Amino acid sequence: MVQLKVNGVTRKFEGDPEMPLLWYLRDMLEMTGTKYGCGMGLCGACTVHVDGKAVRSCQTTMANAAGKSVVTIEGLKGQHPLQKAWMAASVPQCGYCQSGQIMQAASLLKEHAKPTDAQIDEAMQGNICRCGTYGRIRSAIKTAAGVKA
Amino acid sequence: MSTIKVMERRAFLKYTFGAGALILGTHVESWASDADKAAFHPDVFVGIQPTGEVIIVAHRSEMGTGSKSTLPMVVADELDADWKRVRVEQAIGDEKYGSQNTDGSCSIRDFVAIMKIAGATARTMLETAAAQKWNVPAGECKAQLGYIVHAKSGKKAGFGELAAAAAKLPVPDKATLKFKPESEYRYVNKNVPNVDQLDIIEGRGTFGMDAKMPGMLVASIEHSPVYGGKMASFDAVEAKKVAGVRDVIVLDPFKPPHNFQPLGGVAVLADHTWAALQGRKKLKVEWDLGPNASYDSDRYREQLLATAKQPGKVVRNQGDVEAGFASAAKIHEASYSTPLLSHAPMETPAAVAEFKNGKVVCHAATQNPQAVQETVAGALGIDKKDVTCHVTLLGGGFGRKSKPDYVAEAALLSKKTGKPVKVVWSREDDIRNDFYHSTAGMYMKAGLDASGKPTTWLHRSAFPSIGTTFDDKAEYAMELEMGMGWNDLPYDIPNHRAENGPAKNHIRIGWLRAVANVYHAFAIHSFTDELAHLAGKDPIEYTLGLLGPGRKIEMKPVGMNYWNHNQKQSDFPVDTARMRNVIDLVAQKSGWANRKASKGHGWGFAAHRSFLTYVAVVTEVEVDDRGRLTIPNMHIAVDAGQTYNRDRVISQFEGAATFGTSIAMMSEISVKDGKVQQSNFHNYQVARMPESPRNTHIHLINSKELAAGVGEPGVPPVPPSIANAIFAATGKRVRDLPMRKTKLV
Repeated sequence: MVQLKVNGVTRKFEGDPEMPLLWYLRDMLEMTGTKYGCGMGLCGACTVHVDGKAVRSCQTTMANAAGKSVVTIEGLKGQHPLQKAWMAASVPQCGYCQSGQIMQAASLLKEHAKPTDAQIDEAMQGNICRCGTYGRIRSAIKTAAGVKA
Repeated sequence: MSTIKVMERRAFLKYTFGAGALILGTHVESWASDADKAAFHPDVFVGIQPTGEVIIVAHRSEMGTGSKSTLPMVVADELDADWKRVRVEQAIGDEKYGSQNTDGSCSIRDFVAIMKIAGATARTMLETAAAQKWNVPAGECKAQLGYIVHAKSGKKAGFGELAAAAAKLPVPDKATLKFKPESEYRYVNKNVPNVDQLDIIEGRGTFGMDAKMPGMLVASIEHSPVYGGKMASFDAVEAKKVAGVRDVIVLDPFKPPHNFQPLGGVAVLADHTWAALQGRKKLKVEWDLGPNASYDSDRYREQLLATAKQPGKVVRNQGDVEAGFASAAKIHEASYSTPLLSHAPMETPAAVAEFKNGKVVCHAATQNPQAVQETVAGALGIDKKDVTCHVTLLGGGFGRKSKPDYVAEAALLSKKTGKPVKVVWSREDDIRNDFYHSTAGMYMKAGLDASGKPTTWLHRSAFPSIGTTFDDKAEYAMELEMGMGWNDLPYDIPNHRAENGPAKNHIRIGWLRAVANVYHAFAIHSFTDELAHLAGKDPIEYTLGLLGPGRKIEMKPVGMNYWNHNQKQSDFPVDTARMRNVIDLVAQKSGWANRKASKGHGWGFAAHRSFLTYVAVVTEVEVDDRGRLTIPNMHIAVDAGQTYNRDRVISQFEGAATFGTSIAMMSEISVKDGKVQQSNFHNYQVARMPESPRNTHIHLINSKELAAGVGEPGVPPVPPSIANAIFAATGKRVRDLPMRKTKLV
């Protein structure tokens, strides 16, 4: 049995410990804000925080997540400065990748409160957006961080 | 053009209107056959609840362009509703709405007029109801943010209070309607967020991948690795041992032409997605690969280039091309090629369906819910009226989700299992079994006068046609493919011919954002840049010379009509004045006149009309000493006619900059022995943040012309602008996409 916390709530899981956290969140907890995009850690759509750091939930097994604290997009409760900046900049187009983008950016801001362009590139290059919202993502990160565009 | 009627509540059953609601159904007659005109099929609904809530039905799919929000905003503005009290409801698939096929960049263009009429009609009826209630002239009553106000007496009543009385009034003749001037709009062009934006940012948006039905199974399907292959045998013993796997079911192969039919294959059904994916890995399937198992895309591309060098079917012919070449001072020729591409929307194809009592209900990420009805009905042998398709948000579409094969798979599996079934395509399924953007070979030839200006122009293309979707024997391009930048090049050249060569198809070909414009624009605008450099002229000045003076050109193709995106040339002429205008704007905004190339640093230009919109692009590239390319700036000037959601229009062109960069630099589907070689984002590359243009500057002309396309027309000029910038920076002329395959230093 795997025990973990998801958005502050303790959960127990009795299934296959090799199941990726992604499918546990989506299919077992019905928390569908975390998205499937590639299943190989290549696109970032499934990004969540495990013990405060951004990880790809498609590459994190339930065994890996045992005893850890997981935060998903739902766990930000719309209160994160990035979410407010995302709203103000109208970042999303189709929106499918944006949960992952926001979770990745939230992890970046924990590490670098005032990120440089190079730090933004480095942190965000694993998150694909096919609609091409990268420019607005960059500017919303800067807005949330209070750094100049 | 349209009629509007007051609807009975029961005609609008999906929504729970209270007694005393005003519900208007709008019918656009131009879509109906003559026999159909007697009946009333409402296409668009506007309803006002007794509570004052305004419900507007969005009948187009939302995949990121904003049309689900923009069209209702137009209604709300004409009605002068309070947007905070407007609920936008996504329509199910139903032919009564007119076309719901959300592609071709036409949602605004085709539907904005009827939305204005719907809003103005409702407003007029509410104003009349108020005037009668207060016994004052109707002309003195004005709608204002959800109320009708009589200024002289200070009387004021909410829309909801007046709805019941308004519903009893005759519908005003549309000729008597008064429309708001643009200056009074509250929502149109005012940067109002999309209706789903907050849900998306908070992780609550429901996409096809997120749709569910009680008791559903999740299916992962093995399809033939080669187009047209058939399952020979399979072994499901190990698959069925995976915990959670419930069943393994064979789906029959499609019958040519493939249309939107399911491909056929072997489905693993399980309690949840992970079990289905694990079971799928344990499945052993042997395939009879069929006649396409020798298809090799590299060899095929060489064949297309060879075909394009041979005389083909003439699709445009002016002057005397042979005589023009014979008398030319100089001849310049070049061949260009582009690969197959996959749409790779971030959300892979996904849908859930339940077959019960002879009927299907499904929830799907689809660009075309009416095609879902037809395809599902065809696959199950039921009437399309017995297919109810709920449209979810789409995690990208780009044309892939116009083809609902995956929805029919879900419906077929539901019928076979007696349970709701959700079909989830993995990324590998998506990349390997797409309806691919066509691969193309193009041959360009110009006869030049002593100054380097062409007197004669010939271009020939060869590519497998989208027409093979519907006719597997098709070898030549469809009218719409030729009309996408090939038989409508607005250059002022006396001898001008366009041709198209034959190409047999070996894979599913489909439409991807901007479609045939992508390869046509790459060849034409790269070649134009070559000619400018040969002549020693500035590429923008040279292009303006080719376009000639500003004028409207009537296109007269040979052997087919000029497609013009199904619009009359009188409404949407090919207008070189508008093209010159966006070129002047992009030159000015990018500081083109002062942009001098240096080693590893260059600027490139391209301008293209597509989807009735005029777009000019200037791109700056830097190529470092290892040949690594970055794009510091891209300027895009746009005349898309009147806009209705300015920020969303800008965002579409920002997106096109990135989408076009992917096509130019990195994306390629290759096929060996009939099998697609790519499978996921490690080998099917798309632009990530650092590869995307760092700064994209969109310059939108404040146009009064009719609204034209927005979602697609930004894409075509981007790849040639990058190619031309690379030439300026490095002296290398890249004629084959993707450009990453060419060493730049």
